[in-house]
Amino acid sequence: MTALLSILVLVFILVAIWQMVKIYDLTQIGSSESDTQVATDSDNKINGYLMLGFLAFIYVITIICFVKFGDLPLMSNSASEHGPDVDNLMIISMIVIFFVQTVTQFLLHYFAFKYKGEKGKKAVFFADNNKLEAIWTIIPVIVLAGLIINGLFTWTSIMNPDKGNDPIVVELYAQQFNWKARYGGADNTLGKANVRLIDIDRANILGLDESDPNAEDDIITTELHLPVGKPVLFKMRSQDVLHSAYMPHFRAQMNCVPGMITQFSFTPTKTTAEMRETPEMKDKVANINNIRLEKSKELTAKGEDALESYEFDYLLLCNKICGKSHYNMQMKIIVETQEEYDAWLKTQKVFKGSLVSAN
Amino acid sequence: MAAHVEDTHAHDDHGHHHKETFITKYIFSQDHKMIAKQYLITGTIMGVIGVMMSLMMRMQIAWPEEPNVLFKALLGKWAPEGVMDADIYLALVTIHGTIMVFFVLTAGLSGTFSNLLIPLQIGARDMASGFLNMVSYWLFFISSVIMVSSFFVEAGPAAAGWTIYPPLSALPMAQGGSGMGMTLWLVSMAIFIASSLLGSLNYVVTVINLRTKGMSMTRLPLTIWAFFVTAIIGVISFPVLLSAALLLIMDRSFGTSFFLSDIFIQGEVLHYQGGSPVLFEHLFWFLGHPEVYIVLLPALGITSEIIATNSRKPIFGYRAMVASILAIAFLSTIVWGHHMFISGMNPFLGSVFTFTTLLIAIPSAVKAFNYITTLWKGNLQMNPAMLFSIGLVSTFITGGLTGIILGDSALDINVHDTYFVVAHFHLVMGISALYGMFAGIYHWFPKMFGRMLNKKLGYIHFWVTAVCAYGVFFPMHFIGMAGLPRRYYTNSNFPLFDDLANVNVVITIFALVGGVFQLVFLYNFFASMFFGKKAVQNPWRSNTMEWTTPVEHVHGNWPGEIPEVHRWAYDYSKPGHDVDFVPQTQPLYEGEEELQH
Repeated sequence: MTALLSILVLVFILVAIWQMVKIYDLTQIGSSESDTQVATDSDNKINGYLMLGFLAFIYVITIICFVKFGDLPLMSNSASEHGPDVDNLMIISMIVIFFVQTVTQFLLHYFAFKYKGEKGKKAVFFADNNKLEAIWTIIPVIVLAGLIINGLFTWTSIMNPDKGNDPIVVELYAQQFNWKARYGGADNTLGKANVRLIDIDRANILGLDESDPNAEDDIITTELHLPVGKPVLFKMRSQDVLHSAYMPHFRAQMNCVPGMITQFSFTPTKTTAEMRETPEMKDKVANINNIRLEKSKELTAKGEDALESYEFDYLLLCNKICGKSHYNMQMKIIVETQEEYDAWLKTQKVFKGSLVSAN
Repeated sequence: MAAHVEDTHAHDDHGHHHKETFITKYIFSQDHKMIAKQYLITGTIMGVIGVMMSLMMRMQIAWPEEPNVLFKALLGKWAPEGVMDADIYLALVTIHGTIMVFFVLTAGLSGTFSNLLIPLQIGARDMASGFLNMVSYWLFFISSVIMVSSFFVEAGPAAAGWTIYPPLSALPMAQGGSGMGMTLWLVSMAIFIASSLLGSLNYVVTVINLRTKGMSMTRLPLTIWAFFVTAIIGVISFPVLLSAALLLIMDRSFGTSFFLSDIFIQGEVLHYQGGSPVLFEHLFWFLGHPEVYIVLLPALGITSEIIATNSRKPIFGYRAMVASILAIAFLSTIVWGHHMFISGMNPFLGSVFTFTTLLIAIPSAVKAFNYITTLWKGNLQMNPAMLFSIGLVSTFITGGLTGIILGDSALDINVHDTYFVVAHFHLVMGISALYGMFAGIYHWFPKMFGRMLNKKLGYIHFWVTAVCAYGVFFPMHFIGMAGLPRRYYTNSNFPLFDDLANVNVVITIFALVGGVFQLVFLYNFFASMFFGKKAVQNPWRSNTMEWTTPVEHVHGNWPGEIPEVHRWAYDYSKPGHDVDFVPQTQPLYEGEEELQH
C-alpha cells in the first residue's frame, strides 16, 4: 500500500513539473523562437547565472565538509611511526588538490557565466596556442614529479623497513569471518604451518606443523596485543578467500591471500590508554557517545535495550569483500607498555599445551 | 526464425531496393542508426535497473536493518519482513557495478554513439559490416538478459563484487552467490565481451576504411577520434578479461588450480594447489583499468564536440586533444597495478605503477584546460547538452584530482577499499561518463528521432542531477578518509563509525532525490520521441557531417552522393564568413586558408 502511495506521489510530482513547464511555455507565447527547443538568450542568461550559483554551491559544500569532517582523528592522529609521513604527504596532496580544484572550477563556471551567449555576438576564433599548451603541460609535470618523488620515498620506507632492529613477528590469520593472531613465543619464530595440517579434532585450528620445534611455543590469540615502541612484522595468511587486514589508526593495510604469505610492518607509537587521552580522541568519543545516547532513547522508548557506551579501541578490520559477514569481521588491537605486554603473553597458552589428544 | 526467412528474401531481391518489414527494420536491423537506438534503449533499461539497485543500497546504508516497503516489494524472499538480507546486499553491490560499468557505460554509451556517429560523421553509408553490427547488438541483448535473470536463481546472483576476485567467486561454499549466480555472471560476461569485440572491430575498420573523400584523419571530429581509440583499447584489453573468465570457469567447473591454492573451508581441505588469486587480479585489472577509459573517452569525445559547437568556437588545441587521447590510451594499459598496491604484489612494482599512474594526470590536465579555454570568449549556447558537458568537465576535475591520492601507493595504503575510492571513481568515471551520455542524448536526439527533447525538462534534469551528484559524492570522500570500508552491509557493528551515520543519511537523501529526478529525463525521452517538437535539419548549427543528412532517416544516410569534405570540423566563428559556422562540406573560398592544425 505504501509502495503504491509513494508511486502515486512520484507521478503527481512529475505531472506538477510538466504543468509548470506548460505554464512557462504559455507565458512565452509571442516570442517566435520559444518552441524550437534551442537555447534562447534568456535561457543562456538564466543558466549562466545558475553556473555562478553552482560554483558557490561547490565552494560551500567544500567548506562545510572540511570544517565538519576535515579534522577527523583518523586523518590527524596516527599511532604508528610511519603514520605522520603518510599524513604529511596526504596533507600536501590535499593542498595541491584544493588549490587546483578551487581555481579550475572557478575558471570553468565563471567563463560559463561570463561568456553566456547573446544574439549577434561573435565568438573569438582562437584555435591553438603552443605557449599555453606548453604551460599547462609543464606545470603539472613539475607538480607531479614532486608528488611522485615524495610518494615513492614514503612508500619505499614503509614497505622496506630496517631489518636490523629485530621486530616482533606476529602472524595475522584470516578466515571467514574472524581474525586470529599468532606469536612466535619465546624464540620469536613462527612454526611452519599449512592449511592442509588443520586438525579441528586436535584443536590445531591454524594448521601448525606439530613436528616443527619452532611451533611448540607459538601462541594463538583472538586479540592482538602489541608493545608500544617496538617494531612489529606482520605475516598474513588466509585459509579460505581474500581478506584484507586494515588497521586504519596505524595507516596499515595488506591483503591476506590464500596460498601465500604477505607482510607488512609498523611500529606502534601510542598505547591504547594514551590514544584515549588525546584531545582529538576525547572529542570524537564524546561525540559518538552523544549520538549513541540519543539512539538509546529511541530504542528504550520502543522497549529495546539501550546501546552500551563506547570506549575507544584500536581495531583490525577486514577490508576486502569476503562473504556474508564481511561487515562484522574485526579484532581488537591493544597497544600497551612492554611490561603489560609481557604479563599478558605469559597468561596465554602455548600451542603444544593447547592441543587435544586424538582418541 | 522469421528473421532468417526475411533475410533470404532480401537477398533474393538483390539489386532492388531493400524490402523492409517490421522485423528487418526494428528488430534484426543492420542499419547503424537503428542499432544505435537499440543500444540506447537497452542501455537505458539496464541503467534504470542499475540505479534502482544503488538506491536500495543507499537506503540500507542510511537506515540499516530497518524494514523498508521498497525492499519488500522488490527483493521478495531476500528481504523477509522488508529487512534486507546481507547476502543480497553484496549481490546488489556486484550487479550494480557490473551493469553500470559494462552494460550502461560501455555498451549503452559506446554502442549508441559509436554506431550512430561513426558512419554519419565520417561520411559512410553504414558500418563496414552491418551484419556483424547486428550480431554485436543481439549478443549484448542476450548477455543483458542473462545478467538480469541471475536474480531469479535459487541462491541469488553473483555477490563477490564486480571484480569477482577468486577464491570468493570460485567457491560456492564461500558464498551463496558463487554458485549458479556466478556461472550466469561468467557466461553473460563472456557473451558481452564477444559483443564488445565485434562492435570494436567494426568501429576500427569503418574509421580506417570508409571515410569519405577529403576526410583525412586530421579532419576527423574529436568524437570519432575518441570512439576510434576506445575501440582499439577494447580490442586490446577485453580478450584478457575473457581469458580470466575462462580460466575461472575451468577452476570452478573442471578442477584446475589457476587461481586457487591451499584452501580450507567449511571443515575440509580442497584439492587446489599452486594457483594464485593475485594472478587473477592482474588479468582482471589489465582490462579493468583500460575499461575506465573505454567508459570515459567516448564521453570526453562527445563533450569536445558539444562544447565547441555550443561555444561557437573551435575546440582549443585540436592536436593536443588528439595527442592526449592517444597518451591516455597508451598509459591506460600500463597502470593496472595501482589497483593492487596492497595485494601482496612486490612493493617495487608498486613504485613503478605509482609512477605510470600519476603520469596520466598530465594528458588529463591538458584536456581539462583545453575545455576551459574553449569556453573563454565564446558565445555559449546553454542548451541542455552544453550544461551536461560543462558538468562533465567539472566532475572530471573534482573526481580526477583525488586520483592523485589513490594513485600514490603510500597514500593508497590507508584509503584503499574505503568510501574514498567509491567517491573517486563514481565522480570521475561514473558521473562524468553518465553526463557524457546525457549530453550526447540531448545533442543527437534530433538526429536519432527527428524530434527535439524538451529543453526546460532538460534544465530541471541537469541542475537537480548536478547538485545531487556533488551532494552524494563530495562528502563521501570524507567518510572514506575517516576509514569507513566499502561493501559493508551495515556499519552498526563499529561504534567507531557512529559519527558518520548522519553523513550517510544526508548522502542517501541526495541520492534518492537525484534518482527520482531521473524520471524527468525518462519522461522527456519517451514523450519527446513521439510528441516532441519536429527537428530541423541542423538545429544546433553544427559543422559535422551528420547534420547534412535528411531529418527522415534513409538507408545509406545520404539520398544522393556522399558529400566531399573540405575542412576540419571546428570552423566556428571563423573570420571571413558571415555565419558563425562553416560545415565541413563547404569548400574553401578562394584565398581562404585551412587552419594548419
